[in-house]
Amino acid sequence: MKKIVFTLMWIVFIQTPLTAEAGKIRVVTTTEDLAAITNAVGGDGVQVDFIARGAQDAHFIDAKPSHMLKLSRADLFVQIGLGLEVGWAPSLLMGARNAKIQRGEKGYVNASEGIELLEIPTDKIDRSAGDVHAEGNPHYWLDPMNGQQIANNIAAGLIRIDPAGKESYEQNLKQFSEKLDRAITGWKRKMEPFKGEKVVTYHNSWAYFLQRFSLEAAAYIEPKPGIPPSSAHLAQVIRQIQGEGLRVIIVEPYFDGKVSRFVARKTGAKVVLLQPSVSSGTGIEDYFQLFDHLIATLADGLKK
Amino acid sequence: MRLRILSRFLLFFVVLVGLFLPLFALDGGAVWAQSRASQRFNPDISLNGLFAASYFSEPNHLQFGAHDPNARGFTLQNLELTLSSVVDPFFRAEGHLIFGFDDGESIVEIEEVHMTTLGLPYGLQVMAGQFFTRFGRQNKQHPHAWQFVDQTIINTLMFGGDGLRNLGVQVSALLPLPFYLELIGSVQNARGETALSFLSSSEETFAGRPIVDQAINEGNDLLYMGRLKTSLDFSENTSSVFGTSHLLGSNGTGLDTRTRIHGIDFFIKWKPTLAQNGWPFLLLQGEAMQRSYQAGAALVDDSLIFRKTFKTEGYYIQTLYGFKRQWVAGLRYGSANATDPSDPRTGDRWRISPNLTFYPSEFSKIRFQYNHDQSDDRDDPIHAVFIQYEFTIGAHAAHTF
Repeated sequence: MKKIVFTLMWIVFIQTPLTAEAGKIRVVTTTEDLAAITNAVGGDGVQVDFIARGAQDAHFIDAKPSHMLKLSRADLFVQIGLGLEVGWAPSLLMGARNAKIQRGEKGYVNASEGIELLEIPTDKIDRSAGDVHAEGNPHYWLDPMNGQQIANNIAAGLIRIDPAGKESYEQNLKQFSEKLDRAITGWKRKMEPFKGEKVVTYHNSWAYFLQRFSLEAAAYIEPKPGIPPSSAHLAQVIRQIQGEGLRVIIVEPYFDGKVSRFVARKTGAKVVLLQPSVSSGTGIEDYFQLFDHLIATLADGLKK
Repeated sequence: MRLRILSRFLLFFVVLVGLFLPLFALDGGAVWAQSRASQRFNPDISLNGLFAASYFSEPNHLQFGAHDPNARGFTLQNLELTLSSVVDPFFRAEGHLIFGFDDGESIVEIEEVHMTTLGLPYGLQVMAGQFFTRFGRQNKQHPHAWQFVDQTIINTLMFGGDGLRNLGVQVSALLPLPFYLELIGSVQNARGETALSFLSSSEETFAGRPIVDQAINEGNDLLYMGRLKTSLDFSENTSSVFGTSHLLGSNGTGLDTRTRIHGIDFFIKWKPTLAQNGWPFLLLQGEAMQRSYQAGAALVDDSLIFRKTFKTEGYYIQTLYGFKRQWVAGLRYGSANATDPSDPRTGDRWRISPNLTFYPSEFSKIRFQYNHDQSDDRDDPIHAVFIQYEFTIGAHAAHTF
């Protein structure tokens, strides 16, 4: 009996805490990258929570009631947009019954606003092209320059719902921007020797990152976004890697490592495991450490 | 004469060119952008087609669901046109129109059309229109979201082939507690073929008593539903939903005869954090229901049958294992203590259904299923084999947990 009571108490204990720390603005973001930037911009005045863990593929999150509970208490909701969270964020917003954070309200932030998006389809689209995003490639947080605009959008949202904190948010934003500028210079310097290199990636998720550092994706392990590779496609990728002398296959932890390793074995290319989000790997606690990891790991992989 | 015809033709030609000239004069890109811009106000539109090829060992089978495969050969189980959008800052609306064949004739059904509030205070939400009663888990699901080819025995028995749905209003509240607890209450019309256990007029009799078409003249003639739904996360990988549902309404066998249905349900999902495209996962789901149907007294063939309360019970339990990306294996067992939806005096029955589903993408599926149907009133079991195939085109809203 004691055991049962203890188990029940434990289950209740691990659910979402009801009360916010007194007086703090409650922000819920869809991803940990957005949470990290919100923490930097919000400072001590905000309490930040998120839905998708850094280690999770944000396309495939379940619209769990516990997530609705989080959103029901939020003052501000921040999402990546561009269809990345389309499978679950609308259900969560509907289930949360929180008027403040609905699309178009003061407490809603689409972090992609004002960002120069890549791969916006110009022609009519359908799903014969796989999981295409009608509004453009949503992996824009992987260009650190876009981190600046994301922070601007979040700061604007915070100021909208908490005008009293304007000065502090602007101060934090300025600090974040300056630190980011300095860091980008450093990252670019480290990637300088690899300018123009071609790589293979599993999913088309590195477009922004590669463009920023003047690299190019020559092939994808997936034949089309979201479609698993056939052996014919893999054979073609293998031929291409051999033909063009490609040396690196970039893969995220939630994609099929076996397939990538198979291609690597056949071609002598190296599999480089890149963590695409804050907290998806150890030691990646914020937006800066994410790029420290990406640059160091990729530079190491590309070294001859 | 000829000149007049020619001049008329010329005049017609000039007017025609004049009418279309502005179009040519406009920049083609601007016209395209304009039409695209206005399209952005369009609601999300999707079309779902659900088909089955089936074989039954016995043509007189026990597949009573209106969307179940129901004949040897091919069945259009469901063709669903869904439109949904935010209406204004205050409401969201969606409509699900169903098309199908009824004995070769094409039919249209208004399955669901409702509007839901977006911003009521105190965690309240109101939905109004035509909607599936939120009783348990299976009843509110559209056929394309089912994890098996057919409806469960107990749902068909309690709510009929089309499920329990009608015009009405629902109010729900998310309570301010440290865990998820939702209270749902609804009032709906109790008449029509989509209210089988209530004032339905689609069945001619219930346990020998004629069902009389009764007008809704007082509150007693409506259908009341109450549901309590809670959700707990056991860990980051495993979440659960538990619920109890209760229905009360009049039935058509007498002037003051009532039907009560009670149900409990659960759903548990395991999915590891590092799932690839949503795989692997394991689901466990079950529902149990009990109906007590007060059948009124009636004079049938010059003999009086007395007022009597009929109890009907049943349950199902199902598990689905997404063992490899794109593949899901399932097993369902369902049982009920009545065979015929309109006559609960007949015997017990059970059905076991293993299945295997392949999802080429999120927007298509091919499902293989075997049903073993055993019923007390028959000597031999009925075997059925189904191949189900489905497509969805357009923008379809996500399904809830």
